[in-house]
Amino acid sequence: MSGALLVRNPRDGEALEAAIKGRSLWDDARRRLLRNRAAMASLGLLAILVLAAAIGPYLTPYSYDQISKDDVWAPPLVHGHLLGADSLGRDLLCRLLVGLRVSLAIGVVASAVSLVIGVAWGATAGFIGGVLDEAMMRFVDVLYALPFMFFVILLMVVFGRNFILIFLAIGAVEWLTMARIVRGQTLSLKQMEFIEAARAAGLGDGAIIVRHIVPNLLGPVVVYLTLTIPGVILAESFLSFLGLGVQEPLTSLGVLISNGAISMDQAPWLLVFPSLTMIVALMAFNFIGDGLRDAIDPKDR
Amino acid sequence: MLRFLLRRLLVALPTLFLVVTLAFFMMRAAPGGPFETNRKLPPEVEQNLKAKYGLDRPLGVQYLGYLANVARGDLGPSLKYPDRSVLDIIRQGFPTSLRLGVSALTLGGVLGLCFGVFGALRQNSPADYAITTLAVLGVCIPTFVTGPLLVLVFASWLGWLPTGGLDDVRGYVLPVVVLALPQVAIISRLTRAGMVEAMASNHVRTARARGLPERSVVLNHALRGAVLPLVSYLGPAAAGLITGSLVVERLFTLPGLGKAFVVSALQRDYTVVMGVVILYASLVIGLNLLAEVIQSLLDPRVKLS
Repeated sequence: MSGALLVRNPRDGEALEAAIKGRSLWDDARRRLLRNRAAMASLGLLAILVLAAAIGPYLTPYSYDQISKDDVWAPPLVHGHLLGADSLGRDLLCRLLVGLRVSLAIGVVASAVSLVIGVAWGATAGFIGGVLDEAMMRFVDVLYALPFMFFVILLMVVFGRNFILIFLAIGAVEWLTMARIVRGQTLSLKQMEFIEAARAAGLGDGAIIVRHIVPNLLGPVVVYLTLTIPGVILAESFLSFLGLGVQEPLTSLGVLISNGAISMDQAPWLLVFPSLTMIVALMAFNFIGDGLRDAIDPKDR
Repeated sequence: MLRFLLRRLLVALPTLFLVVTLAFFMMRAAPGGPFETNRKLPPEVEQNLKAKYGLDRPLGVQYLGYLANVARGDLGPSLKYPDRSVLDIIRQGFPTSLRLGVSALTLGGVLGLCFGVFGALRQNSPADYAITTLAVLGVCIPTFVTGPLLVLVFASWLGWLPTGGLDDVRGYVLPVVVLALPQVAIISRLTRAGMVEAMASNHVRTARARGLPERSVVLNHALRGAVLPLVSYLGPAAAGLITGSLVVERLFTLPGLGKAFVVSALQRDYTVVMGVVILYASLVIGLNLLAEVIQSLLDPRVKLS
C-alpha cells in the first residue's frame, strides 16, 4: 500500500523517508546488542583476553617452555612468578597466556572450518532439495547418532596428535548443527515472497543467493558461530584432559587444567588459575552469543 | 504405533551400520596395531598372532567377517587380553558407568525440576535470578573443571570424601555430583521455560477459575505440560553423560567403560573399541526413540510419523 503511494507521489515518499530516517534491521540489532549489559561486558572482557593472549606472552620475562630448577612448585608471587610456577619451574602466567592463545586459536579456526563445511553443505542441500537434500541430511543424522567425542577420539588416534589436525578434527565434527541451521533457513527463504519478487524482477540465481539468501542467513549463522567457539574450546580441552590434545611443551587451557588436576595437592594454584581463565572465557562467549541471538532474532526473547 | 516403531527401526539399523563402518575403517586407518609393544615381537610370532585373529586377510574380508559376527551378537575376543572377550570387558565396565550415569541423571532430574518450577513460580525474584545464573554457570563450566575443583575442596582440603575409587558409597558422591551439575543446569532451564509458558496458558487459567487449590494447579495442570520438552532431552542427556563419564572415570580412577574405551583406542584393541562404539551408539539411538514414544503417549498433539 505505501509502496503504491510512493510510486504515485514520489516527492511525498522522499519527504517521508527523510523524516523517519530509515533504520535497517541490522541497525536495530546493533542497538539491542549495545543495550545488553551482560553481552557488552563480556565483549569487553573478551577483548582483554584476546589482547592478553596476543601480546601478553611477549611482555612476561619468561618463556612458556623455560625450565628452571630453582622455581619448581614456586607459589604465586614468589621469585617473580606472579601466578607461581609448575613442576618444572615454568612460569604459570606465561604458560596461561600461551595456553589461552592456543585455545582461542583452536576455537576460532575450528569454528571457521565448521562454518565453511556447514554452510556449503546446508545451503547446497536446502537450495537444490529433492533426493540430494534427503541423502545429505540423512548423512548428517547418522553422524549425529555417533557419540561425538568418540568420533573425535578416534580421529585423534588415527591422525596422531598433530596440532593442525586437532583443528580439522574438531571442525569436521562441529559442522553438523551449522549445516542443519543453514539448510532450514535456506529452505524457508527459498519460498519467501521477496525471493519470488527478485526473480520476477529478473535476477539470476547467483544474484539472488548473494543479495538475498546470504544476508538473511547471516543472523542465525553468526549467532551459532559465537556459540560454536566455546564448544570447540571445550572439545579441545576435553581431548587434552584425556591426553589426546595439544602436546607438551606447547600448552592449552585444557592441558593446564589437566596438569593442574594432577598436582593440585602440592600446588592448587596450577589448577585454580587456568580453571578461572577457562570459566571466564566460556562465560564471555556464551553471554555474547545469547546477546547476539536476542539482538538479531528477537522472536525468542 | 507398531508401524511407527518398525519404520524407526528401519532407519536405526542403517544408522548403526554406518556407525560401525565408519568406526571400523577409522580404527584400521590408524597407524600401529594391537601387537606392537615396547618389546618388538619376532616377525613369525606377530604373523601367527595376526593369522589367529584373521588380521592378515584383506581389509574388506575382515570387515565383512566382522559384520557377520556382530549380526550374530558375537563381538569377538579382545586383542590385548586374549583370555577375555569384548563382552566380558563390557560386562565388567558398563555396570559402573551405568550406575554413575543413572544416579547423575536422577539427581540432575530431581534438582533441575525443583529449581525450574521454583524459578518459574517466583519469576524475576532474587531466587529466580540466582537459579538462572547458576544454570548459565552450570552449562558453561565443563566437568573437567568442576571435577578437580570439587576434589580439591571436599577431598583434599576438607577431607570429607575420598579422592577416587569406589570402596564405599562415599566414593560415588563426587563423581555423581560432577556428572549431575550440567544436567541440573540444562533441566532447570528447560523446566523453567516450560513452566513459565504453561502458567500463562488457557488451561491453567481454567483450572484456577474452577477454584482448584494452587498446589493442584501447579502439580497436576501446569507441570504436566511443562515437562514434555524434557522428555525429548533424554537422548542428548545420555550422550552428554557418556562423554562426561570419560572425564569422571579418568579423574576419579573409576573402573568404568569410558576408561576402557580410551585405553583400547590408544592400544589399537580394535574389537574392544568397536564393541564400545556399538553399545554407546545403540544406547543413544534407542533413547532417542524411547523419548519419541513417551512423548507421543504423554502429548496427544504429537503424532508419530
